[in-house]
Amino acid sequence: MLDMFLQTFDTGNGFWNPIVWIVAFVVIFLIVVIIRGFGNKNYKKGTGQTKAFLSGNQEYEKTQMHVKASNLYWGWTESMKWVIDGLKKMHTGNVSDYVLWFVVVMGILLLCVGLI
Amino acid sequence: MIANIPYLAVVGLIIIGLSAVIFKKNLIKIIIGITIIQSGVNLFLITLGYREGSTAPIWTSSPGGVMAFPVPQALTLTSIVIGVAVTALMLSLVIHLYRHHGTLDVRKMGGDDQ
Amino acid sequence: MNFLDQLLSHAPALLVAIPLLGAFLTPLIGRVNDKLRNIFVIGILGFTGILVILLAQQIFASGPITYVFGSLDPYVGKETVIRILFEIDALSIFMAMIAIVLSFSAALYSWAYMEKNTGLDKYYSLLLLLTVGMLGMVLTGDMFNFFVFLEITSIASCALIAFYINKVKSVEAGFKYIVVSTIGALFVLMAIALLYGQYDALNIAKLADSITFSFVDKIALVLLIAALAMKGGIVPMHMWLPDAYSRAPASVSLILIGTTQAGLYGVFRVLFTLYGNVITLPTISMGWALVILGLLTMLVGVIMALIQIDFKRLIAYGAIAELGYMFLGVGTCLTILANPDITLAQAPFAFEALKGGLFHVFNDALDVGLLFMVAGAVYYATKETSLNRLGGLARNMKYTTIFFIIGLLAISGIPPMNGFASKLLIYESTYQLNPILSIIAILSSIMLLAIFIKVFHAAFLGPKLPQFDTVKEVPRSMLLAMGFIAAFIIIFGLFPDLIVNTIVDPAANALIDNAGYMRWLIGG
Repeated sequence: MLDMFLQTFDTGNGFWNPIVWIVAFVVIFLIVVIIRGFGNKNYKKGTGQTKAFLSGNQEYEKTQMHVKASNLYWGWTESMKWVIDGLKKMHTGNVSDYVLWFVVVMGILLLCVGLI
Repeated sequence: MIANIPYLAVVGLIIIGLSAVIFKKNLIKIIIGITIIQSGVNLFLITLGYREGSTAPIWTSSPGGVMAFPVPQALTLTSIVIGVAVTALMLSLVIHLYRHHGTLDVRKMGGDDQ
Repeated sequence: MNFLDQLLSHAPALLVAIPLLGAFLTPLIGRVNDKLRNIFVIGILGFTGILVILLAQQIFASGPITYVFGSLDPYVGKETVIRILFEIDALSIFMAMIAIVLSFSAALYSWAYMEKNTGLDKYYSLLLLLTVGMLGMVLTGDMFNFFVFLEITSIASCALIAFYINKVKSVEAGFKYIVVSTIGALFVLMAIALLYGQYDALNIAKLADSITFSFVDKIALVLLIAALAMKGGIVPMHMWLPDAYSRAPASVSLILIGTTQAGLYGVFRVLFTLYGNVITLPTISMGWALVILGLLTMLVGVIMALIQIDFKRLIAYGAIAELGYMFLGVGTCLTILANPDITLAQAPFAFEALKGGLFHVFNDALDVGLLFMVAGAVYYATKETSLNRLGGLARNMKYTTIFFIIGLLAISGIPPMNGFASKLLIYESTYQLNPILSIIAILSSIMLLAIFIKVFHAAFLGPKLPQFDTVKEVPRSMLLAMGFIAAFIIIFGLFPDLIVNTIVDPAANALIDNAGYMRWLIGG
């Protein structure tokens, strides 16, 4: 019974065993904890040692520090603007266009089966 | 050739319906387009079961001779019933949309975001 | 024991009959007591679930079951009798399991989530009707019956999408959904009529036996695939999906996943079973069409998801991306099947790809379902869906955050969650067809991780925001529903071999094994 549960997942060309992965994960975690234990413990709380350092700039209020969702991946969206703008243009939100796409796909599939 | 006319009508109805759905901007006209497609499909089903000179497929009071095939008619009946339900649902949604926007024109409704 | 056997022998009919009866009893019971009605709905779905499991055991042990409504004898003289068959093989029951898991957890989730709304009697009725539609679609062996259940599903889900009738956006989404799905269903009916006119049969097995791949068959194939893929939300016919998913109540979005997957089931059934005998004809390049549609679906899904700001809309685009993996896996198998130079035995990866694709159907339902429930929970607690205004929720909603992390890891295919196991199967097998396929698949998996990290950061991390000071953890019934799905995710992730061997492998075999599906024609 236990064998059945612990069997390795055979993917045809490789294998995968989540249990082994978890054991490895736990071992690595323990090693990390041990290494962390060697760290320096004598820092002082409440002094400049524990404060965030923003290139010498003033630190904002905590509630203003949160990075909003639309600001994340700004660089990526900026450089991929040509793709994203094209896709946005495609999504008109108009049901007629949805049906038009359906007709287009039907045409392409007709090509695929070799009718046209 | 004359026997093919119903099939041509079917294709014509479906194309008219689709073009209404795609090119018309009035929601009611879109719904009319859908019902035209529906009629086209129903006509096709009925045509499939028809034989030349046949009578209605009622066994008990048949005058004899060729009868039309009843199964496509049963299918059509089901399809019509479903069509009525769908049309009613669509029209009721359009009523709500009209109450909100005061118009049936899709262009004036402001599409959904992306 | 005798009673149980009796029950089991009629289980295929009962699977549809019990929720259908329940759907129309629900308003009556709702007049008595609200709590009683909720218990009744959950009980009905639980009982249906037990029947599914019992039936599944029987099918995995002894092969497909044919349940006959009408004449037991298939022939009178030489004529085929008109009757309706439920033809249940391992794939059907596999899809039925997905449907019932989703609707059961949706009913559980609705208890607290929908509590403050009016019109709940109708809501629960429609929810059960939707379940009937999904189960009927996957269990039936009759083309016209398939169309009827398809329409039941679209009508019920349209009404549920537009449940918040006072919000104009939901009404709009409902209208778009009903237009798109009605046109799809009408083209399905047209295709059924084309096949019926040629072969005088509505039964899938009978049709599959006599199909010749004539000119009309080709048209029917295109109509069926395009319409069902539109129901399944494949790019570029996916645009109704984010509208519908994001405007519906979260519990409804959860079941809508099941309906889209029932559409995908239709695609697979048509390609592998209905056209199974003619699949090797060289003119058919449907496999590559499926693969390319799958790749497009993944790429468009992830790119659009990355820029979304609305929580549920983002998940909906993520769900679209996930649908691409299924098409990729199944399409890979189909290209090998359709290639006359290679047999399936020479290319074992094709079968692995099919297994991966089917396993991913279940995994996707669980992962996306869990994420939708988390989005619903966040909305329930904060009344806010815009990610730009959320933040710091992890401090107040500990359990929800944990469930979100589980869903995030699962959807982006991080070990040891379930998404990884099926995606590994897909990566490794598609690599052997063409390396580019698996590269794109892995790329979009990475993008999915990035997308949901963004959500995690924006909604759950960060400092406590003053407007969410009073936010509390969601009620127990919602946590229970989320836990139910999360437990499935973890079990599937930790014991993938067990799941693949017991349910996915028979389903994939059933899809390929055409002769097994048509067994009743030969008599057996």
